[in-house]
Amino acid sequence: GQKMSLSVLESMGFRVGQALGERLPRETLAFREELDVLKFLCKDLWVAVFQKQMDSLRTNHQGTYVLQDNSFPLLLPMASGLQYLEEAPKFLAFTCGLLRGALCTLGIESVVTASVAALPVCKFQVLIPKS
Amino acid sequence: MAVCIAVIAKENYPLYIRSTPTENELKFHYMVHTSLDVVDEKISAMGKALVDQRELYLGLLYPTEDYKVYGYVTNSKVKFVMVVDSSNTALRDNEIRSMFRKLHNSYTDVMCNPFYNPGDRIQSRWALLPVSASSPGGPYFLCPYPVQVGPTSCVRSSPGGPYSCVRSSPGEPYSLCPIQSRAFDNMVTSMMIQVC
Repeated sequence: GQKMSLSVLESMGFRVGQALGERLPRETLAFREELDVLKFLCKDLWVAVFQKQMDSLRTNHQGTYVLQDNSFPLLLPMASGLQYLEEAPKFLAFTCGLLRGALCTLGIESVVTASVAALPVCKFQVLIPKS
Repeated sequence: MAVCIAVIAKENYPLYIRSTPTENELKFHYMVHTSLDVVDEKISAMGKALVDQRELYLGLLYPTEDYKVYGYVTNSKVKFVMVVDSSNTALRDNEIRSMFRKLHNSYTDVMCNPFYNPGDRIQSRWALLPVSASSPGGPYFLCPYPVQVGPTSCVRSSPGGPYSCVRSSPGEPYSLCPIQSRAFDNMVTSMMIQVC
């Protein structure tokens, strides 16, 4: 059903993210800490995939990061506002997987979820469990 | 030029190891294994030093009387180890660096191959997979390069690209032939072929 297809989409995004996580940081040197990796995601990864940077990155410095995109390209052509709010998760599942895959290649296990309050603004929450 | 080339995953198991067939393979496996300690040492030393410059190329790991061992680590903590014959003095640092760069490029291509599962051994083999519309778990064809499908029977996505698509006959479903890492194997062969 719906859940199955969302997890399939997410796993596809994961695989692509793993490959991108290998290919994109090639020229930049090794990351020194978690925040550098998140910054890489917001700048280089987002630009490579969506031709724009992430609009904001917030963190509580304890493993939770919120990435906010104010005009997410996959949602932009759909609607502006609250219309189609229920359809939004389908478009976000792949991107969540993408983020998770890229983090995985760079050595960080994480859980990525997305939420939409009003199109086309969406927030990706990255949870990195402390080991 | 290289006598043995190995790719080690971040969990420190070998993804790919190949040495010139004339020599005793076990000796090289052992050398690669012992060099991993040196690699780990260098990586942790780099981590502690507060220098902005962090290199992927690790340089000479340790010399033995017959061989020299070089190392390189990627951003995803995948290590490349290369064993070179000591008698080959004409080999300069620059050349080793460029060999590692080529290896890194080939490894990135392997990662982008949709039929390669990260963590598997890098093998080179042909497999013919019948793809039909009804198979739900079928391989997902996510292409990072533009693919052009024409009327001819065999199309490659990019020269030496990771996969190609073969059409059995007009109107029939496509059969996918994943060329698993053949490009990677060829790259390694070209690096080992000029052993003095």
